[in-house]
Amino acid sequence: MLLCEQQTPRGLNQLPRKKTEMELAVNITLLLMLCATVFAVVKLQSLFAIVMLFGIYSLLSAMIFVALDAVDVAFTEAAVGAGISTVLMLATLVTTGRWKKKPERSGLLPLFVVTITGAALVWGTLDMPEYGNPANPAHHHVADRYIAESPTEIGIPNMVTSVLASYRGFDTLGEVIVVFTALVGVLSLLQVRRPRTFARKQDNRPDTHRRRPYPVLQVVALIMMPFIIVFALYVQFHGDFGPGGGFQAGVIFAVAFILYTLTYGLDDSLALTPLPALKILAAGGVIIYGGTGVVSMLLGGNFLDYNVLAANPVSGQHIGIIVIELGVGITVASVLITVFYAFVTRAERNRAGEKQVDLPNKAD
Amino acid sequence: MMSSQLPALQVVLPLLGAPFCFLLWRYPRWSWALATLLSWSAFGVAIMLLIQVQNAGTIEYAFGGWQAPWGIEYVVDQLNVLVLLIVSGIAAVVFPYSWTSVQREIDPEQQSLFFTSMLLCLAGLLGITIAGDAFNLFVLLEISSLSTYTMISMGRDRRALTASFQYLIMGTIGATFIIIGVGILYMLTGTLNMQDLATRIPDLGTSRASQVAFGFLITGIGLKLAMFPLHLWLPNAYAYAPSAASAFIAATATKVAVYVMVRYVFSIFGVGFSFETMHIQWLFVPVSVFAILFTSIVALFQRDIKRMLAYSSVAQIGYMLLGIGLVNVTGLSAALLHLFNHALMKGALFLAMGAVCYRIGNTFIDSMHGLGKQMPWTMAAFVVGGLSIVGVPLTTGFVSKWVLIQGAIENGWWPVVAVILVASLIAMLYIWRVVEAAYMKPRPEGAESITEAPASLLIPLWLLAAANIYFGANAQFSMELAQSAAKTLFNSAVVGF
Repeated sequence: MLLCEQQTPRGLNQLPRKKTEMELAVNITLLLMLCATVFAVVKLQSLFAIVMLFGIYSLLSAMIFVALDAVDVAFTEAAVGAGISTVLMLATLVTTGRWKKKPERSGLLPLFVVTITGAALVWGTLDMPEYGNPANPAHHHVADRYIAESPTEIGIPNMVTSVLASYRGFDTLGEVIVVFTALVGVLSLLQVRRPRTFARKQDNRPDTHRRRPYPVLQVVALIMMPFIIVFALYVQFHGDFGPGGGFQAGVIFAVAFILYTLTYGLDDSLALTPLPALKILAAGGVIIYGGTGVVSMLLGGNFLDYNVLAANPVSGQHIGIIVIELGVGITVASVLITVFYAFVTRAERNRAGEKQVDLPNKAD
Repeated sequence: MMSSQLPALQVVLPLLGAPFCFLLWRYPRWSWALATLLSWSAFGVAIMLLIQVQNAGTIEYAFGGWQAPWGIEYVVDQLNVLVLLIVSGIAAVVFPYSWTSVQREIDPEQQSLFFTSMLLCLAGLLGITIAGDAFNLFVLLEISSLSTYTMISMGRDRRALTASFQYLIMGTIGATFIIIGVGILYMLTGTLNMQDLATRIPDLGTSRASQVAFGFLITGIGLKLAMFPLHLWLPNAYAYAPSAASAFIAATATKVAVYVMVRYVFSIFGVGFSFETMHIQWLFVPVSVFAILFTSIVALFQRDIKRMLAYSSVAQIGYMLLGIGLVNVTGLSAALLHLFNHALMKGALFLAMGAVCYRIGNTFIDSMHGLGKQMPWTMAAFVVGGLSIVGVPLTTGFVSKWVLIQGAIENGWWPVVAVILVASLIAMLYIWRVVEAAYMKPRPEGAESITEAPASLLIPLWLLAAANIYFGANAQFSMELAQSAAKTLFNSAVVGF
């Protein structure tokens, strides 16, 4: 964390430097490892191994982002790509089984398409602006204004947060709604139910017996949970100063509850975070974010114009960014927890002997 | 004060209505009522925007008060106000319809999720249309796509799941291509704002990177608009989705994608780059001629009429791309006009199929025997929509085909004229199959007697059917909008908007 803090608040006088040979070597190595991972994914038959490789792929991408000085993106990629997606894919594997089926169609057409696409990309990048050159258009035009003005206009040290939460705040609202839409999609296919009803059928042992299968893990999980949650809160509220913000914080927060579910079971988890509450929070985060925009409209500004939220525009920006980041964190955390519950419910139902055939909303 | 906020309200109302709709999961009726109310308000906003644009010209709206290109901008001009109007108008008709239709097709527990998805899809489509920012367009595209996959997967048939999954894979590939294209453009220009891109792209000349960006964007948008042969996801998606969703998506989603294509080809890259450097017309013309002929013939052999209509949609999209590929003002106005008209006809046809499905539980041609007598209003509306697809005078379909043929004649492309006429004949054949089944064949012995669909389905259906006749007989309104938009797109090649 300390390292990140020293890196991020880039002063105006600290100009981007030319890339050294060392960095080039690091980048090439990382990219080669990325390629190796992809080939392994294509070759392997075990879905479990493939999911693990996906995690590695995301971690490698995160490292490349760090090498590109995009620490915020790297943090998100590590939390979302390497962290939560891996967990969700593993939860899927519980339901689908862990071996790949033989593909019905030959892979020649896809291979052809991919080759053409790749060739087009390579051909097109041959005359692209020189990699890492500070004079490139992407580093000027709009970027110049962000670097020159955002410390006075918005007044927070992390310019990435300034861009994401204020200059392009409407995009970020859109991203939060994408997360929310994903929840709507998952719930339409998989209903979350308390598994007790079907778990009981098989398992007549007393509750206490069933509840404590992994005492060591449970104790460790309980000890870790407060730290994870505190870290999530730190990431949430430290986004103004260093890499972080609602998306990453939401993921970390969700991880605490996923850990709890893994060690104590869905039943206890649902008692701790009831489903209706999670749904209300998921929608609530979106409403908090969008509501900020509506309030700024009512105060005479444009949608998501935080300047009007306080007498002083800069404090208005501060308030706006804190509130919308909170909305992001709440939605992301509750959506991820609910999606995980939905997957686990499915797995538990399968284990309880229900056939995989009927999806809840399919009557036929 | 409120009138200056209209561009934002156009999208924000349905977008923020969606979580409220979701919160009413125990009360699907209220959830539907809220969604319907918001669809009407979106239509109202679109009408007010149309009036503003006609009086005062292009409207710009800066989100967060940050001027473009630093912030995100919404731009309403003559081109996209037409699309806003049609998308919100179709929504204002389909949303009220959806309640009765959904009762037969979706579990009560899932209904409010369905209405939430519809609202999100509406917001996404409106957002794509109104966005003046290439990345914001992508974000809203994600919202509309995800909610579309959700709606399709809720269809009663289990094949809806595979259809939705297939669309999800193809749609995601399309979105990835679009974002790669936008990424390359950002790398080359340092901006995401469309107007800003339009002024900076000519400076790039014919660099390879900008050509590749163009290729990726065309392919990505082509996947989204079901450009032949990238249309394979579409027939199943439309056939297995719940009736209300089929009608809404078929009438709006591909139209919005066509609009995005026009925006990129004409406004952002400009006529010079698109047609003189990249020669995109040599892709559009053959592809659309194949689409028109091939998918019309495939439509002839469908047993499920929803599927038949889906194939017909691919052919109709072919007409729009053909109009773009003619590279003249008449052709482009035909494309824009057909975008508007096709939404009306496909909306009416799919709503009619929804009413049939409500009564007999499926849309197979063999179960429609004798339906003309039992459901006279529904089938009459289907016939109106069908005549429009064929292009019979006094329907909207005639107007756009007429203009399209004029555009082709302007270029002296007689074979293309022949293709349009032959395809209209094929369209007549596949519509006739349904008419024959419904009106000529007797109801099979011992079949349950069926009554007309309830008024809650018939009123929206007939609103659209009547619109087909109204805008066919008085084409001035849509024609003028389409023509002036087409002229602006051709003339201000550099300024773009």
